[in-house]
Amino acid sequence: MSAQPYRALFRRDLKLAMRRLGESLLPLFFLFTVIVLIPLGVGPGPSLLARMAPGMIWVAALLSSLLALEHLFRPDLEDGTLEQWFVGETTVLGRVWARLASHWLITGLPVIVFSPLAAEMLHLPHRALGVMILSLLIGTPALSLVGGLAAALTLSTRGASVLLSILIFPLIVPLVIFATGAVSMAADGMNPYAHLGLLGAFTILAMTLAPFGIAAALRMNLE
Amino acid sequence: MIWNKLKLWFHMLGSAPYFYRFARAVAPWLWAGFAVTAVYATYLALYVVPGDYQQGDSMRILYIHVPVAWQAMFGYAVMTVLAIIALVWRIRLTEIMAMSCAPIGAALTLICLATGSIWGKPMWGTWWEWDARLTSMLVLLFIYIGIMGLYAAYDDKRKGARVAAILVLAGAVNLPIIHFSVEWWNTLHQGQTIRLMGESSMDPAMIPPLIWMVIATKLFFGAALLDRSRNELLEQDRSKKWVEMECTNQELNDVESTA
Repeated sequence: MSAQPYRALFRRDLKLAMRRLGESLLPLFFLFTVIVLIPLGVGPGPSLLARMAPGMIWVAALLSSLLALEHLFRPDLEDGTLEQWFVGETTVLGRVWARLASHWLITGLPVIVFSPLAAEMLHLPHRALGVMILSLLIGTPALSLVGGLAAALTLSTRGASVLLSILIFPLIVPLVIFATGAVSMAADGMNPYAHLGLLGAFTILAMTLAPFGIAAALRMNLE
Repeated sequence: MIWNKLKLWFHMLGSAPYFYRFARAVAPWLWAGFAVTAVYATYLALYVVPGDYQQGDSMRILYIHVPVAWQAMFGYAVMTVLAIIALVWRIRLTEIMAMSCAPIGAALTLICLATGSIWGKPMWGTWWEWDARLTSMLVLLFIYIGIMGLYAAYDDKRKGARVAAILVLAGAVNLPIIHFSVEWWNTLHQGQTIRLMGESSMDPAMIPPLIWMVIATKLFFGAALLDRSRNELLEQDRSKKWVEMECTNQELNDVESTA
């Protein structure tokens, strides 16, 4: 079996996102509105901001990733494409992976690219910058995976967006703890690799288990 | 022989009217057992056990706090097993029972957090601390609430139960985190002092009321689970023939013979 159908889905998703670039980048702008509001809310003192920066950048990344999740599978459910995923010779898991990969490229990657800017706005110490980018690189795929699971679970419910954020929160707690732990350690000049290792373990766990849960939840929503 | 009987009984429990009558017959005994053991444990905890040499009488809240915390976690384990059965074999009654575990578990988690908070104020000097075990218990509460919310959001109850069962499995990752949180992160909450195997570091005089209260919470969980499942079943099947028969005290066997 070739990987052609999955690649086609992946390319289609990316192409659609590029055609609607403004819409695709809205979560990124949302992230920056959160980053801008924090100094206005707690006061612009650099030392206070520097202490809060790791947590705030991660919380902002988490919030902005919520925005795009509701439409991860819903358009496909509405126009019937999702049902086509379950017939024919392709596996659902492959399509789920293709969809998640394109979702991460559209929502996760821009956050990583622009995170140095956010870090500078919040006076994050420069020595922690590398670890912060690394933590985002390791952590944002897990964000897409767990978010995808929540999106699949709430696919055909009423009030999906509120429910979605309630479901994600408890599942994502370890991610936030380890990621901000690593960045804070690096900011204090300590060794962040224990936290980064646990973060990587969480991402690997999500990679192994979440796609099966997503595929099962999608199937149930079609029944 | 006995295995076949057990298997037959398990299959019969899958039938809605049979389960309904079974739950109705068994639940009052569990409630009675709960009342007796809870009262006895409370008596032991308040009048028999001496106060702690450091904490005085305020440590007596332990006899609520610890059994409830255990039951909140054990309830989640029960829900996980039921969810696996529901996902694999699609037995409707295990779906209903799994979903009935969530509100009970949420209430127990809330009681655990509340008693811990009341205990923490005089002992630690704070109502709340972002300690590993407290945080993981709070996360457990949110998972329970998420499961209830997801189940309620589907109009098709069977679909809702199965989708929520996946969330139950995803949330089960939190259980070992709660259990080992006091060993992995050495923060404010005290470590494990009571062990099933080996030496407990708790004084033997303090153990009996704890054991009685643990039995009481187990009975409470069982009784509440049977009652909740029965109510849920009744509501879902309210337009079915067997419910009508049950409510008008007709014998179901007659229906089967006439049908």
